[in-house]
Amino acid sequence: MSSLSKLRVRLRVNGEEHEMLVPVEKTLLEVLREDMGLTGTKHGCELGECGACAVLVDGKPVLSCLALPVELEGHEIMTVEGLAAAGRMHPLQEAFADLGAAQCGYCTPGFLLAAKSLLEQSSDPTRDEIKDALAGNLCRCTGYIKIYEAVELAARRMRSGSETAPEQAVLYGR
Amino acid sequence: MRKPYFLLKTPPTTPEPAEKLAPWAETTVVGKPLPRVDAYERVSGSAVYALDLFLPDMLYAAILRCPHAHAIVKKVDTAAATKMPGVRAVLTDSDTEARIPWYFTEKGPTSRLFDPHCRYEGEEIAAVAAETPHQAADALRAIVVEYEELPFVVDLDSALKPGAPLIHEGGNQVEGTLVYERGDIAKGFADAEAIVERTFRTSCEIHTPMEVHGSVAKWDGNRLTVWDTTQGVFQVQQSLADALRLPLSNVRVIGQYMGGGFGSKLEISKHTVIAAILARKTARPVKLFISREESFLCVGNRPANTMSLKAGVRKDGTLTAMHLINRGAVGAYPGWAGVGSQVADLYTCAHVRVEETCGHINAGQERAFRAPGFPQCSWALEQVMDELAAAIGLDPVEFRLTSIPVVSQRQGGKPYTSTGLRQCLVEGARAFGWDAARGGHRRNGPWLRGAGVAACQWGWPGGPPSTVIVRYFADGSVSLNMGASDIGTGTKTIMAMVVAEELGVALDRIQIEHADTGTTQYATPSGGSKTVPSDSPAVRAAAVAVKRKLLAMGAEQLEAAEDEVVLKAGEILVAGSPDKKVRLAELEGLMNQQVVIGVGHREQNPLDKVTKPFGAQFAEVEVNERTGEVRILRLLGAHDSGRVMNRLTYQNQVFGGMTMGIGFGMTERRVLDRQTGKMVNSNWHDYKIPTAMDVPADLTCVPIDVPDNEFNSTGTKGLGEPATIPTAAAIANAVYAATGIRVTDAPINPTQLASLLADQRKRG
Ligand code: FES
Ligand code: FES
Repeated sequence: MSSLSKLRVRLRVNGEEHEMLVPVEKTLLEVLREDMGLTGTKHGCELGECGACAVLVDGKPVLSCLALPVELEGHEIMTVEGLAAAGRMHPLQEAFADLGAAQCGYCTPGFLLAAKSLLEQSSDPTRDEIKDALAGNLCRCTGYIKIYEAVELAARRMRSGSETAPEQAVLYGR
Repeated sequence: MRKPYFLLKTPPTTPEPAEKLAPWAETTVVGKPLPRVDAYERVSGSAVYALDLFLPDMLYAAILRCPHAHAIVKKVDTAAATKMPGVRAVLTDSDTEARIPWYFTEKGPTSRLFDPHCRYEGEEIAAVAAETPHQAADALRAIVVEYEELPFVVDLDSALKPGAPLIHEGGNQVEGTLVYERGDIAKGFADAEAIVERTFRTSCEIHTPMEVHGSVAKWDGNRLTVWDTTQGVFQVQQSLADALRLPLSNVRVIGQYMGGGFGSKLEISKHTVIAAILARKTARPVKLFISREESFLCVGNRPANTMSLKAGVRKDGTLTAMHLINRGAVGAYPGWAGVGSQVADLYTCAHVRVEETCGHINAGQERAFRAPGFPQCSWALEQVMDELAAAIGLDPVEFRLTSIPVVSQRQGGKPYTSTGLRQCLVEGARAFGWDAARGGHRRNGPWLRGAGVAACQWGWPGGPPSTVIVRYFADGSVSLNMGASDIGTGTKTIMAMVVAEELGVALDRIQIEHADTGTTQYATPSGGSKTVPSDSPAVRAAAVAVKRKLLAMGAEQLEAAEDEVVLKAGEILVAGSPDKKVRLAELEGLMNQQVVIGVGHREQNPLDKVTKPFGAQFAEVEVNERTGEVRILRLLGAHDSGRVMNRLTYQNQVFGGMTMGIGFGMTERRVLDRQTGKMVNSNWHDYKIPTAMDVPADLTCVPIDVPDNEFNSTGTKGLGEPATIPTAAAIANAVYAATGIRVTDAPINPTQLASLLADQRKRG
């Protein structure tokens, strides 16, 4: 199914406008990774099953392995590389790092973006809301618990506008 | 092809006898819950995994696989594929450079890279390298293969019957039934006051790390560099050197960031060699990654087992005899599906017999999978222990406590360097609220509640060889050079903490070079839960070697004896003379040579003792008596893995291990269609690994933090694998407590449980 036909597409990724020629059959995942060098977005299955490839389109998580670039012209795309701002990691990234929510780290970019979308809708999500929002992302390492705790910690820090230390129970086990 | 470490018969040794350092009296860095030293890379998207590597002029390769369970390739016609746009090379069995022997037994190879006799769905037939991944995929479709389909067999019972389709000449049984025996089970069973006998089955489980398997290969003249998704770069280096007949020095394998392996990346896969050959053929770098579907077929699995276990007990709790008959399917190629070690070793029992038989079926070869054989054994053994406890009216925790050995009965009665099994059970039960959780049946509408326990032991302690180099620079920063891979477990962090402990250097001033055969020192692959107990003592030895050199320099400068000086907070001090001191930054010796190098080797394991990690896990579940649905409410893991090096990474291992155990016990199952011999659920949609919705919010980790100082100089034992061993059995025991139904076949899944509940209702 490869073809010689390429399309001119304009994509806005992490706040920057990109114009390029891409083969029509390429997915957004392939274009991000192969043409734009944004390899933080991960390839887990290319079947829409794992969420490793999740990016945000206008703030909502989208599986980039199932998305075609032409459909996304005029939309705002964000990848993990766009999370840090003004030389600082996003509070979610900091919390994931602090709590060991990234083990091998392969699933992490997808989780970070899905969680960012959640925190934009709800600044103080319940555990069930977090589970629901992250249910489409698979992780084979962590058992998810540290990921929930990191989302909660990040939410707390974002609400209070300051660094709050992780609770003892979180660090030392219950 | 050299064997992976876990198949070696002779224990490896250190490069030179290394002194065993005295244990730490107290620690200031080790033991703390510190975030990973490479956390930034892992959360920012900047960590470069092998799949993220794009080399200039790189080609993309793909593999054509046999779609049949069993077939002979009659003809491969690549004429059309070769002419397709972008295709730069096609490789088949007719290329002599691809005639590489593969899948070995003691007697030699049983197959080759593109063996025309295809023994399972997914066997390699040909490979293509092209300018783009899509062009490579298109070219595969243009290859015309003529197959002669053969009768196949995908279940072990049928495979071992006379007249079954032959997968290898000489029969489908893997040579030799393994028998372990001590005492006299007939006598033991005669002494028993209660006997339980039951057959258990486990399903074939697939590793499915989030990162698929693959390699990028590049040649410079006759030197090969491979970036690989591996748990052990030195293992891949050796296998590549053997396959391609190259000296080790010409093969460099790099595997710094990798996205999980769980055993499936412990050994080399064919795709790595294929990438190297295609790269040589085209004189271009080649990237070859398998697809998610392929990863379900051809990079290993946890074999399915059928285990009949009979055990006898006296009313006081004494186990009198155990007899295990195990059969396991290793897939189409050599392997082992034994499970028996915990039956022979976990509990005190005088009379034990274990018989294990393995056989071939037309399916992908088994590979080490997080505690190979142990969760299967636990599924049978720990459920039988539960039944025995009930039979003699003892609490399951109490019953286990009556039979805790202090010696390894399986290894000649040698004492353990440490055993925390009792603490795991006692402290775990206390933290879990075991007595309250067991008290009476609780019903909530159709939901029935129950709690269960299971204990475990893990078999591989780790040990030499391991060589590590620590370099101390003139400005007080440090380079740590070690061969070990960090497969996501936090290896780099723990090793840096050991250096920080000895040298008082801040973690962010330690640069780590690792998992690169070109620049780091030999280490065994990261698997077997042995990386920390094997390599951290070598790291400590290297840091101590540096420290001693610095102290000698300080003593000379301060005109003191070497045994009078100590290193503290960046200064060398003379004991008893507060004004005689020198800051490391002003150490003349260091200034003159600019770097101090320490080499550390892992010390030998004690010869007269045996080391094993232990654990106990507790589960509370609710079962819907109408639908068979199981809600896991709580899981608690209490593990004795020696010293806790880092609370955070420790919890990571326990939570991750228990979650994998949930998958093994509840949902994961390779389904091979008996009509076609093909796997029908080779994707994450149909093969269910635990998601966020399947994991209880209440996961608890109770570290039994007792350093095993007799074992090694850091007091550490393994953790990653034990954490997954007893989970499924603890859940099954909780399901029994809730429903009175003994689920013998894993995974439990609602379909099975609903029909068992229906049977129970019929029986009334
Ligand atoms: S890679 Fe897109 S969902 Fe798995
Ligand atoms: S951290 Fe490894 S898959 Fe999630």
